[in-house]
Amino acid sequence: MASDEDRAMADMMRAALRGDEAAYTEFLRRAAALTRRAVTRRLKSALPSGIEDVVQETLLAVHLKRHTWRSDEPILPWLVTIARYKAIDACRRRGVRVEVPIEEFSDVLAGPSETHAMEETQQMERAVGTLSEGQQKVVKSIAFEGRSIRETAAVLDMKETAVRVAFHRGLSTIAQRFGRQA
Amino acid sequence: MKTDQLISRLAADTPPRHSSPALSFGLAAMAACLFAAAAMLLTIGPRPDIATAAQTWRFDFKFVVTLTLAGSVFLLLRRALYPEGLTGAPLWTVFAAPAVLLAAVAVELALLPASTWGVTVVGTNWWHCLTLVPAFGIVPLAIGLWGMRQGATTRPMLTGFLLGLFAGGVAATFYALNCTDDSPLFVATWYPIGIVGLGLVGAFAGRAVLRW
Repeated sequence: MASDEDRAMADMMRAALRGDEAAYTEFLRRAAALTRRAVTRRLKSALPSGIEDVVQETLLAVHLKRHTWRSDEPILPWLVTIARYKAIDACRRRGVRVEVPIEEFSDVLAGPSETHAMEETQQMERAVGTLSEGQQKVVKSIAFEGRSIRETAAVLDMKETAVRVAFHRGLSTIAQRFGRQA
Repeated sequence: MKTDQLISRLAADTPPRHSSPALSFGLAAMAACLFAAAAMLLTIGPRPDIATAAQTWRFDFKFVVTLTLAGSVFLLLRRALYPEGLTGAPLWTVFAAPAVLLAAVAVELALLPASTWGVTVVGTNWWHCLTLVPAFGIVPLAIGLWGMRQGATTRPMLTGFLLGLFAGGVAATFYALNCTDDSPLFVATWYPIGIVGLGLVGAFAGRAVLRW
């Protein structure tokens, strides 16, 4: 029943859950492309700007909720449902009413790929601004200044495990704050 | 921030291992049952004549209804833990308990003379029933919401409502061990109020705390 695409992505995610960073990067890249395609196709009129915001919110949600994928199940239905959930959430926050049947969202997966210029978004930066000072330092160092966990630990004089925890908590908080800041 | 940049940063984030949501929620459901049991035993306790009552069909039937409700809703909640879990789920199963109860009401109406229906409906414990079912169920509901947060439901309000029905079913099960009004007429009149009330509280709580 699962398509080749599904099997390939499921394999990547299984590797990722075992700690394979390269496989995870590739998985997220494909997930971003799928989401961008689905959102562009279905919500272009409702959300003329902000499509890349939805893509990033979806990736963050996929990341923070990846333990809710059951590794013996197909992965695309899981991914599509999260993308749809985040797209509807984004529309509601902007006051746009949308009805997005799940079928419409998933049939885009089979469609041809669309080229879409990847815009720079400001949403992450705004959300980071709402974090506590400690988390902000860690998230900024890793996400924007591009330091590794180890370098960040050295610069901020923290233990590596503390940096990991602060980074992860920071990401969870950002996911919750998307669109909720004034 | 560019999406590519975000991707490479996410890949670097290796959080502590999550346990499976099904396990977390199973433990939460167990804790909810234990809490409701303790709340009942430490306050009103089971009725003194429980041994003889257990030999009457009306007493036993109360548990058929409440356990059918708790069980059917629990199965739906296990699916609700996953983003795609409620897609195509058999939501109609929540009507299993009401259907069984209505069938028993029909039997009871046939058995009892019409002149006693009114007295049977009102019973003696209706005020207890209205207050104690929500009282025993509210903490189990909170525990259930915590357990559900370990998953990723994409239907926060519906899931919250189901959690309320589950808490109500569990609370009603333990309350029924005390209550001496065993007629299906009484059960069908008063139990649903507390249980659906918990469901509504759960729906609004779910909208607030189950979003992610």
